[in-house]
Amino acid sequence: MGGFPILSLMLLVPLAAAVACLFLDAKAARNLALIATLVDLLLGIVLWQNFDVGGAQWQFTERVELFSGFSYALGIDGIALLLIELSVFLMPICIGASWKSIDKRVGEYMGAFLLMETLMIGVFAAQDIFLFYMFFEAGLIPMYLIIGIWGGQDRIYAAYKFFLYTLLGSVLMLVAMLYMVNVAGTTDIPTLMVYDFDPSVQTWLWLAFFASFAVKMPMWPVHTWLPAAHVQAPTAGSVILAGVLLKMGGYGFIRFSLPMFPEASSTFASLIWGLSMAAVVITSLIALVQHDMKKLIAYSSVAHMAIVTIGLFAFNQQGLEGSMLMMLSHGLVSGALFLSVGIIYDRLHTREIDRYGGLSINMPRYALFFLLFTMASIGLPGTSGFVGEFLSLAGIYEVSTWTTLVCATGIILGAAYMLYLYRRVAFGEQKNADAAAMADLDVREYLMVVPLALAVLWMGIYPESFIAPMRDDIAALEARIARAAPEGDSKVAMGAATSKETPAHEETAAHEGAH
Amino acid sequence: MDWSQSLRLIAPEETLSIAGLVLLLVAAWGGDKASRLISILAVAALVAASALVAPALCGGAMGPDTSAFFGQFYADAFASYAKILIYISAAATLVIAPAFFERYNAMRAEFPVLVIFAALGMGIMVSAGDLITLYIGLEMNSLAAYVLAAFLRNDGRSDEAGLKYFVLGALASGILLFGMSLTYGFTGTTSFSGINAALAGGLSNGALFGIVFMLAGLAFKISAVPFHMWTPDVYEGAPTPVTTFFATAPKVAALGLTMRVMLDAFGEQAAAWQQIVLFVSLASIVVGALGAIGQSNIKRLMAYSSINNVGFILVGLAVATPEGASAMLFYLAIYVAMSLGGFVAILMLKDENGNYVEEIAKLAGLSRTRPALALGIAMVMFSLAGIPPLFGFWGKFLVFKAAVDGGMIALAALGFAASVIGAFYYLKVVKIIYFDEPADVVKGESDIWHKLILLVSCVVISPLGFLLTKWLGSLTDAAALALFHAL
Repeated sequence: MGGFPILSLMLLVPLAAAVACLFLDAKAARNLALIATLVDLLLGIVLWQNFDVGGAQWQFTERVELFSGFSYALGIDGIALLLIELSVFLMPICIGASWKSIDKRVGEYMGAFLLMETLMIGVFAAQDIFLFYMFFEAGLIPMYLIIGIWGGQDRIYAAYKFFLYTLLGSVLMLVAMLYMVNVAGTTDIPTLMVYDFDPSVQTWLWLAFFASFAVKMPMWPVHTWLPAAHVQAPTAGSVILAGVLLKMGGYGFIRFSLPMFPEASSTFASLIWGLSMAAVVITSLIALVQHDMKKLIAYSSVAHMAIVTIGLFAFNQQGLEGSMLMMLSHGLVSGALFLSVGIIYDRLHTREIDRYGGLSINMPRYALFFLLFTMASIGLPGTSGFVGEFLSLAGIYEVSTWTTLVCATGIILGAAYMLYLYRRVAFGEQKNADAAAMADLDVREYLMVVPLALAVLWMGIYPESFIAPMRDDIAALEARIARAAPEGDSKVAMGAATSKETPAHEETAAHEGAH
Repeated sequence: MDWSQSLRLIAPEETLSIAGLVLLLVAAWGGDKASRLISILAVAALVAASALVAPALCGGAMGPDTSAFFGQFYADAFASYAKILIYISAAATLVIAPAFFERYNAMRAEFPVLVIFAALGMGIMVSAGDLITLYIGLEMNSLAAYVLAAFLRNDGRSDEAGLKYFVLGALASGILLFGMSLTYGFTGTTSFSGINAALAGGLSNGALFGIVFMLAGLAFKISAVPFHMWTPDVYEGAPTPVTTFFATAPKVAALGLTMRVMLDAFGEQAAAWQQIVLFVSLASIVVGALGAIGQSNIKRLMAYSSINNVGFILVGLAVATPEGASAMLFYLAIYVAMSLGGFVAILMLKDENGNYVEEIAKLAGLSRTRPALALGIAMVMFSLAGIPPLFGFWGKFLVFKAAVDGGMIALAALGFAASVIGAFYYLKVVKIIYFDEPADVVKGESDIWHKLILLVSCVVISPLGFLLTKWLGSLTDAAALALFHAL
């Protein structure tokens, strides 16, 4: 790709705006933040347009030897591209969500969010392992401040928990990175991805990375920081936390753990499956009994991310593509759900489910969108949730039928807690007068939910747009880890499939039979 | 080696000695009214001395050409690097001190002179090539430092700090001297190269005790666990500009001296002291982190933070490789920037009557009343905690990189895990400043010099600092190389 450093520009725009926001008053800061995120969104679209599907694996590469010990190297493949798109797509919505609800220290708030955007893009675009680490770790600071300053009642406890939990995970990863760089003699991620570490060493390295990514993901049982952080964070903070920050864990697995340590990944696959199975069942059941909307969605995130991890550790193309789509879909859907909660929270200032009821009467349009996102979260065909969940489960089915069986119950449980939530919030009678008096969506809220709804439907109806950019990268990854793939127990005969959609359809019957 | 060559090599020390003596006379004749002039001249002398040592550093001077007075003194790149850090710290102390002491009507003319003599002593410490030189430098620095700690004569806390520092410092010197005498007794020489050669064949029990006692004495000076107990009291009691000085320059000097003694004199016997350093290092990290949690005074907190940081720096020594030494030197530079920034920020915390605020609880909500100062403190705290992209991360990164490259992976993992404990109390400060409701105590105007130094420190520890890695890395590499080729 040409010499224009578009990735650097995408990092620079929010960064510059973040600094400027610190010096502006509330109104100007809001406007500037919106403009900066929209500019980044535009740049993101340009990036996608110019991304050469089927071209070189790493595109838009930039490399400057600015530092000793590591270099400023950026570049993306299809996987990173999609996650960057997700980040830049969600950011303007986050700013919109904070437009009215944040009224104290607006400049600093917007600054923190824009800094967050820079760091998120940086994580996905970094091609140097230490640069990656810095972006990865630096994200803690703005998020700590966002939760701690603008959060709810127990914000300080949540902020501490978030920070220290994640930090402990990542410092171990850093030691592993230092070791890898010492052994392999390079900090370049693409080179490290094809470097064969000694399998006995891989075990330790894998565990160190696992410590970080499992916390970030988050996987059961180290997920406890997530409900705390989500519940206390302001709406936009939850959106970005669920939408993008959790994806860093999945991205880490797909970028580091799998390609760099295939043997160890295979060794520990059953651990991942076990944790994921536990997560799906346990956190879904926990979600079922929540009284707090945000907590419910937070627990559902843990369950959904468990589907992502089993897809990743299925060691086949379906599973990997499925988990990528699942991540993207979850980014949109959970973001949208938190936004939906935020919209009514702004009106009533409570997240207590019982305080609402019958919203479909006085807020019919809101109820419509909320329903769509609920269905997408359940994984109804036609929405984005279905594609990802289905492919992930189809992928794992080839390897472990038992895991599939247990994880598929997550779909049923997911339907249960989401529909139960929806029934209590939107249906039934209007038992609370103040909830019944709430106005329907206004223009600003339309502008936030409509793009999300369109994206959810787009991904559900025509996922090819999202699969195409990453197909080659996933294939390369699959080829890389094939040598260590655990032997499957289902022995699925693939038939004479020409595209990957076809076998997926044929499997539907078997898959449905599993639950 | 002729005398003129030797005298040329100690030009920075000559400059400082003459400047110190002349300024002492000016102080005697001019009295306290001349203190401002003396401060300015003292800073000029420090700048001149820095200019004199710079060529040795940039040229990566090492080997026999750098040894003066028959190996008693080394003017190599390592010494130059440490001296520049010492002189910068001393100059910064002189710049920030007047605003503080004038408030108590305690700005006296001998303050700059004492700082100059302390800096001179520290320069001799890092250049020492002989146990005698070492001791002279150490005592020269210490005597000036005891007086500085008690400089606010009317303040009981300051007197207490001075006395404690003196008693414990004297004890440490005694232990060090005992170790030196054992070393001398079992090797028959006081020069580092001689000791190194004498120990090449093997280590007798007596010499081992010599090493242990010397290490204990030095651990006192760098306030490493288990010899750290004096630090919080002295840091809290001493006048804040003096605490700034103690936290920066003597740390550099004592660590530089420790590196020289361990890597030059006892370099052949690294296996004998590595485990001790390993323990001291991890213990300092953990005790520094845990001790800080309960502190309510920000100066005490910074004292524990410095113990914690010394632990991290010693990780580089435990590895005993040039890479480790280079990492230590790099960390020291960042540490100086962070400490200067942190203490200057503390100096800027004044209530409406101009009294200095040291209670952490009174900083509540500072981000709303003084956003720029709050941002500065937050940056220092995050940097001390080693969170990227702040520059403090890079220091930790380098020492642990050296540890991993040197095969000490368990040390690196433990050290990093312990750094999470440290993060807790740094976060606590940020939490109080940013999350709590404003106490609105800090209202006083800040001195322009304080603002300037805080700004410079913050720029260095900001992500922009990473642009320095290449240049500073080449300097520390050269300095570390010089250390390993001094003999």
